[in-house]
Amino acid sequence: MTSQAPLYPHRHLLGIEGLSHLDIEALLDRAESYVALSRQVEKKTATLRGRTQINLFFEPSTRTQASFELAGKRLGADVMNMSVASSSVKKGETLIDTAATLYAMRPDILVVRHHAAGAVNLLARKVGCSVVNAGDGAHEHPTQALLDALTIRRNKGRIMGLTVAICGDILHSRVARSNIILLNALGAKVRLIAPSTLLPAGIERMGVSVFTDMKKGLQGADIVMMLRLQLERMHGAFVPSSKEYFRYYGLDRAKLDLAADDALVMHPGPMNRGVEISSEVADSAQSLIREQVEIGVAVRMAVLDALSQHLPNG
Amino acid sequence: MAALTGTDMAEATDIAILDARLVDPATGRDGRGSVLIRDRAITDIVWGAAPALGEGTRRVDGRDLVLAPGLVDLRAFLGEPGAEFRETLGSGSQAAAAGGVTTIVCRPDTDPPIDDPAIIDFIKRRARDKAVVNVLPCAALTKGILGKEITEFGLLLEAGAVAFGDGAKAVRNPQLMRRAMIYARDFDALIMNHVEDPDLRGSGVMNEGEFASRKGLPGIPTEAETVMLERDIRLARATGARYHAAMISCAESVDLVRRAKANGVRITCGVSINNLTLNENDVGEYRTFCKVSPPLRHEDERLAMIAALAEGVIDVVVSDHDPQDVETKRQPFAEAADGALGIETLLPAALRMVHAGQIGLPALLAALSTRPAGLIGLSCGRLAVGAPADLMLLDPDAPHVVDKRLLKSRAKNSPFDEARLEGLVQMTLVAGRVVYEAQRG
Repeated sequence: MTSQAPLYPHRHLLGIEGLSHLDIEALLDRAESYVALSRQVEKKTATLRGRTQINLFFEPSTRTQASFELAGKRLGADVMNMSVASSSVKKGETLIDTAATLYAMRPDILVVRHHAAGAVNLLARKVGCSVVNAGDGAHEHPTQALLDALTIRRNKGRIMGLTVAICGDILHSRVARSNIILLNALGAKVRLIAPSTLLPAGIERMGVSVFTDMKKGLQGADIVMMLRLQLERMHGAFVPSSKEYFRYYGLDRAKLDLAADDALVMHPGPMNRGVEISSEVADSAQSLIREQVEIGVAVRMAVLDALSQHLPNG
Repeated sequence: MAALTGTDMAEATDIAILDARLVDPATGRDGRGSVLIRDRAITDIVWGAAPALGEGTRRVDGRDLVLAPGLVDLRAFLGEPGAEFRETLGSGSQAAAAGGVTTIVCRPDTDPPIDDPAIIDFIKRRARDKAVVNVLPCAALTKGILGKEITEFGLLLEAGAVAFGDGAKAVRNPQLMRRAMIYARDFDALIMNHVEDPDLRGSGVMNEGEFASRKGLPGIPTEAETVMLERDIRLARATGARYHAAMISCAESVDLVRRAKANGVRITCGVSINNLTLNENDVGEYRTFCKVSPPLRHEDERLAMIAALAEGVIDVVVSDHDPQDVETKRQPFAEAADGALGIETLLPAALRMVHAGQIGLPALLAALSTRPAGLIGLSCGRLAVGAPADLMLLDPDAPHVVDKRLLKSRAKNSPFDEARLEGLVQMTLVAGRVVYEAQRG
């Protein structure tokens, strides 16, 4: 089923930056077929049979790691999870050494998450297999942006011309960066909504309009994409309190009503209910939050499939 | 005489450098001439046609070459004591000699730090035995570089310290800085601060701005520099101390220094070669060799640095030579150490500005020799009879591609690796002795 889809021409997926809109659309098209597959009783294919996928997580994650694990297994790969946050790094082993050690076990695909921007890029230069960036610092989280795009496309039928408001902690968010690049590449109008302390310098030059007043930023938005506010950033460092944050930047019914009538709500998870989003909105019919999780597996299957076509003997 | 070794013979020989383009940055004089050297000093300068010479004088043909005072680098990390795996006085001074640098002021944040006269003695003895150029220590301003108590300025000066500062660490406590300045005034000691407020730097790892935001890297705002600089200027003005901002990196700092100078504050400042010749875009795909402090800034700031150097608001150019081990650089950008090699490529990199017509050669050389020498009370940095024969002979146009493997430092973290530069030092003399001679080929 994948043979007629256009070929993804890269060996790694390190970020959305550097991908053409054709690359992106090819991945989304391929992921569509995996959404259907994942809804069948028989969910497995032999695409990655005999291949080894290592999920190398230097930062704890349950959801993304589980999603990649399931994606690899549904494609028939042998999947191993390594959480390095708790093991060798504490013994003083460097990122490069850890990567070299794992690469010596001859994996075909490494899925890597790291707390430092650029770390996955560095690692990809030191190993001979395909590398997927599962999030590097505040830099990029490409599979999240792809799954967000597919979720939007499936619900709105298009991305071109839509107004997407990304709200919350833009400063520390790799999800925001990947989404800004991807949504711009596919012709959406991107708005950012955040207090100024959570906006990176010069972000307005990345093809977005910036709002510090959420009520203005939400006017007529087709998609409202909420970001998680990390606990440690809530208490005085960037915003004074979660109470004040929710008052001005939390998505509740009243604020959502300012967006387009058929606006849809997204969140990359895990949510802080009552901090950035009210339970009422999160669980409403306008919420795509659970669908995002489903699409996530399909998108990751598509990415692994696309990369596998560049593997030796593949 | 028969017992003299080859080296001793070299020291004893008179040298004449003939028919060179002599550039004396102290006077701005620039013209054809010859320089005679005997007994560690310049004994004669003959402008115009080459003079007749007696027997036993080594003749060096200076045609098509520039002869100028050797460079005085006010900021380099030389590894000793405690970080000999990064650099030694031997390797660092060899790198300096190959770059035309004849005097190095070494950073005090070693292990143990240079905060005690005994450590100064150690450096002086090691330098005498191992270094081929002059090495003078900057002493720590606070004991243990802990930022709490001032060091023995008087005793350290007597031992040979030429300035006081905490190296790569800024003096954070304003009360301590104020007391240090008041106390330093009694000795007319030079205070050198690294102007970067650690709180404003926070977790920042590169210049704050669009580039850092795109790369997802935490930024260092220019206020981290200007806030500390402004504090220091106010304290220097109030105390009358002699103050030197080690390295500035942005246009706002230039304005602050210009205004302070106009107001009679005894202030000078330096700029790193990195901030004159590289900008934030050189970080590219997370190149850790371009992670330095102060960070590489926006191109507009780099151009402001060059303009301020040409204007004379910036007094000196330093290499900020900071050899780093592979393991501290082969890391994700945010986790890599700050620092870049610089002393060997200092002059060729700086010559980019001359070749681009942004500054004249005498003005550049003044910032690299005459002015830093003056700041620390040295009589070198000029072409004058009686001045020490610390000299360098330069082919200002020689094109070359930097190859980090050929650099003489123990470490290899050069941001100029593979850069195309013009200008190579052909010969370096320290106290009349040839300490470096380029391979002719």
